[in-house]
Amino acid sequence: MAYPTDRKYTKEHEWILANGNTATIGITNYAQESLGDIVFVELPKVGAELTAGKTFGTVESVKAVSDLFAPVSGTVTEINADLATSPENVNKDAHAAWMIRISLKDPKQLDSLLSSSDYEKFVAEEGGH
Amino acid sequence: MTDRIRKATRHVNQNEGLIFEKSSAGKAAWKVPPLDVPEVDSASLLGGIERKDLGNMPEVSEIEIIRHFTRLSTWNYAIDLGMYPLGSCTMKYNPRVNEAVARVEGIANGHPYQPEKISQGALQIIKTLSQCLIEITGMDAITLQPAAGAHGEMTGLLMVRAYHHSQGRPRKKVLIPDSAHGTNPATAAMVDYAVENLKSDSRGMVDISALAAQMNEDVAALMLTNPNTLGVFEQDIHKIADILHAKGGLLYMDGANMNALVGKVRPGDFGVDLMHLNLHKTFSTPHGGGGPGSGPVAVKTILEPFLPKPVLINKPDGTLGFEYNRPQSVGRVRAFYGNFGMFVRALAYIQANGPDGLRQTTEDAVLNANYIRKGLEGTYELPYATPTMHEVVFSDKLQAKKGVRTMDIAKRLIDYGFHPYTTAFPLIVPGAMMIEPTESESIEELDFFVEAMKSIADEVEENPQTVLDAPHSTRVSRLDETAAARKPVLRWKPVV
Amino acid sequence: MRYLPKSPADREAMLKAMGLRSVDDLFAPIPAEYRLNRDLKIPRQMAESEIVDYFRQRSRENAEGYVSFLGAGAYSHYRPVIIDSLISRGEFLTAYTPYQAEISQGTLQSIFEFQTMISELTGMEVANASMYDGSTAAAEAVMMAVRLTGRRSVVLARSLHPEYREVLATYATHQGMPLSVAGFGENGRVNLAELEKSISAETACVLIQSPNFFGTLEDVAAVADIAHRNGALLVVSIAEAVSLGIVEPPREADIIAMEAQSFGVPLGFGGPYCGVIATREKFVRQMPGRLVGQTVDKHGKRGFVLTLATREQHIRREKATSNICTNQALVALMVNIFMTVYGKVGLKELAKQNLAKAAYAAAQFGKQGEVLFGGAPRFNEFVVRTSEDAYAINNRLLGHKVIGGLPLKKFYPELGNAALWCCTELTTRSSIDTAVGLVAESERSVQSAKQETEEMVR
Repeated sequence: MAYPTDRKYTKEHEWILANGNTATIGITNYAQESLGDIVFVELPKVGAELTAGKTFGTVESVKAVSDLFAPVSGTVTEINADLATSPENVNKDAHAAWMIRISLKDPKQLDSLLSSSDYEKFVAEEGGH
Repeated sequence: MTDRIRKATRHVNQNEGLIFEKSSAGKAAWKVPPLDVPEVDSASLLGGIERKDLGNMPEVSEIEIIRHFTRLSTWNYAIDLGMYPLGSCTMKYNPRVNEAVARVEGIANGHPYQPEKISQGALQIIKTLSQCLIEITGMDAITLQPAAGAHGEMTGLLMVRAYHHSQGRPRKKVLIPDSAHGTNPATAAMVDYAVENLKSDSRGMVDISALAAQMNEDVAALMLTNPNTLGVFEQDIHKIADILHAKGGLLYMDGANMNALVGKVRPGDFGVDLMHLNLHKTFSTPHGGGGPGSGPVAVKTILEPFLPKPVLINKPDGTLGFEYNRPQSVGRVRAFYGNFGMFVRALAYIQANGPDGLRQTTEDAVLNANYIRKGLEGTYELPYATPTMHEVVFSDKLQAKKGVRTMDIAKRLIDYGFHPYTTAFPLIVPGAMMIEPTESESIEELDFFVEAMKSIADEVEENPQTVLDAPHSTRVSRLDETAAARKPVLRWKPVV
Repeated sequence: MRYLPKSPADREAMLKAMGLRSVDDLFAPIPAEYRLNRDLKIPRQMAESEIVDYFRQRSRENAEGYVSFLGAGAYSHYRPVIIDSLISRGEFLTAYTPYQAEISQGTLQSIFEFQTMISELTGMEVANASMYDGSTAAAEAVMMAVRLTGRRSVVLARSLHPEYREVLATYATHQGMPLSVAGFGENGRVNLAELEKSISAETACVLIQSPNFFGTLEDVAAVADIAHRNGALLVVSIAEAVSLGIVEPPREADIIAMEAQSFGVPLGFGGPYCGVIATREKFVRQMPGRLVGQTVDKHGKRGFVLTLATREQHIRREKATSNICTNQALVALMVNIFMTVYGKVGLKELAKQNLAKAAYAAAQFGKQGEVLFGGAPRFNEFVVRTSEDAYAINNRLLGHKVIGGLPLKKFYPELGNAALWCCTELTTRSSIDTAVGLVAESERSVQSAKQETEEMVR
């Protein structure tokens, strides 16, 4: 799996695609694969404040729940409402099925996140366990 | 393939629909006697809130109801059909005399608010069972009020909170081993304790040095299952209790696995301060498709003032009664006095066994589990070599190489006529297969089980697809749980 | 021991196969100093006949053969015999939670039917597979409202079952859920003005019971209006399920927490009973307890599974909606069979009989003494106030093998010598007349005693 180079990644398996002072966040293909069939995505309300490293929602498969961790701090400006009725979109194309848009509190926080090649290396190691 | 299967239970296959699909106007399974008081005009009595229509409630005859539920029943596996080795659930024989005595007129129809002087029979049952359970656990006092194990855990932790409060030192967290049942952390959250995980060591026991490092004055209690969910008796139990007590903490024992201990050792003797029991596990009350349970909590004297109210007492006139004035009580956790019907059954079970029977029961439960362990060692991976008591946990590590996981093996076991073991628990064993045969199995049945498990292991090598597609013998094949969760259909609706 | 399928020779053979000398080897992991080296001090092993005899004796000491006017959250209704015939089938009785769907379709389909019928009767969109009982269901429903609204405080009616209130108080203690109580008015209903005053922007929900503890039907629409205007949810507790046959369900409620004991569950000195929570579809992910959903198997055949399990403790652990694990499945099956027997028409007829019996009894009592809360409709319970202490009257009734209404002094001292009486379809006119006659006698003797005193004073 090639991880798009236009965005940054976290060790909690989220991707974040920045555009000026805003960014879009979703989970990676690796995450959707290890979760299996996703049946529910719980997202914050528009206006919610996110803190880097803290949870902002959950993704559920039939028998597991995973927390979603904010890659950076910011304020939610939009959520992908389609996921409420079609959570399977995350399985179909995790890198297209975005979850939330935020306005960034401090764009410099992006610098500490993983590049696509770093992330690829990270999941290769994690998968090898 | 089918000649491997020596003991299979095939269910009656019928296409019984939902009861609503049998309904049509004018059929009835009921009749009320003629009214001996004047009829009333319900519309005027109730005004605007008289109900006119009961929606899609069914209209069917009695024979249809009998056939409907009898057919449905044949789609269930049950202890009465064969071995049900669900680890941690103690699926033992449910004696029928228990059911008979629970239905005796004055016991089945007693009203919880009837005056105490004409409730002495019920109160005597509560008292006798309490005394038995106190003796079995080696504790000092007990409440029978909690409705189930998890409810008992909540009651216990409320008492822990009340105790620390009375000491003037409220504490913040409870320690829970990583092998614990999910109810433990869920319960801690309900009484607002933070949960701190405690690692297991390479023997599958509480890591004593980790416990010593994590124990401090903020820790209210350790919630320990003993034997733990690996079936391993915590050999350092006295050290564990000492570490806790030295810093003022309490030792809570989850009694889910009490079937390994009854008559052989008493938690009260090895340092436990409070514990819950599951009458539906250890004391043979029927699981009934998922309940009712009953989760008494036994405590040491220091916790007695905090028991839920009311508490059963001997009154000065020699009769039994309830005491409601308990200023330090945690309060009520349920209306009335608990699942009384389960007390009746548990007491009948204890009476049928007596001290010798209970001890033999425990010995047989441990013997059976170890017999299975011996039989399957080598065929399935045993992640912990430590001796085990009433249950044994294998893993699917060897079979996973062929892409077959614990759930697949479990499903294939159904074709051999057994209920599966507990899958994927405890969490510290990846691909866990948790087997608890209980005392209720004969050598013959145990041999069939071992043979079935070995045969499945062979199939994994020779033809894994057979296992992956199992079960093959049931009325329905594997069901689409993903679809069920994505677009939940939680009730029937008429087709319009 | 008759439950153990082994001979001494079998045990020997097993030990030998395992290379052990004695069963004690298997208990070696238990430190020797803790092992119990004596018999437990419990009753000796008894024969089945002795056990049956023991419980028959206890039964005789337990109000056998009395006529009872007790209700108050535990109701005496007729139980069709097929309930016990069917639930005694080992396939229902001795199965566990239907985690393995392929061999649990019987339990699963019956729960799906239960969820459907509870939804139909309560006017809600979904119902769960059961909770412990009505009191804990009410507490869990309130916690659900707290999660849904993100608010924490709760207003509850004083006309809610006093023991339900106590249970809620216990659950709320450590969850930072402040409780306030709204009293009842002259008509026995929750005092709307007081409710309005107690509610605030922090209120997660209002909890009422209807029919309430006094048997009075609450004005659910008015209460719902107040709750909803303040952004709070309305939770309605129903303790007498038979009322749903003739009384409009509280459709304005957001969550209904029910006790279904009336539907075929024996009184059993207080349990096991059958709680259940019903709600709107949009709230289902915050609902506690097990849920069964419909799906298909690999060949497209209809089947049922436990679903939305991620809400539950075994997956979400400390973040679960509740710690509930075991529920009341077998009791829910009794309820299910009862609902199926009476169905669309029978439940209504049954409820009408309850209504008629209570109306007759209340009218008869009203001629002799004071029946409180006449200003609002009631179902099958009513409150009678007497001049004499209710316990004293009940003691005399016991002599006639009649258990009178529940004295309310313990729960509602403000009502004086009041007692809560209940009549169901099983209450006969002659027993009502007997009870009324004895209460009338008490009234007369108090009156004449009073007159005598007055004459003496004069």
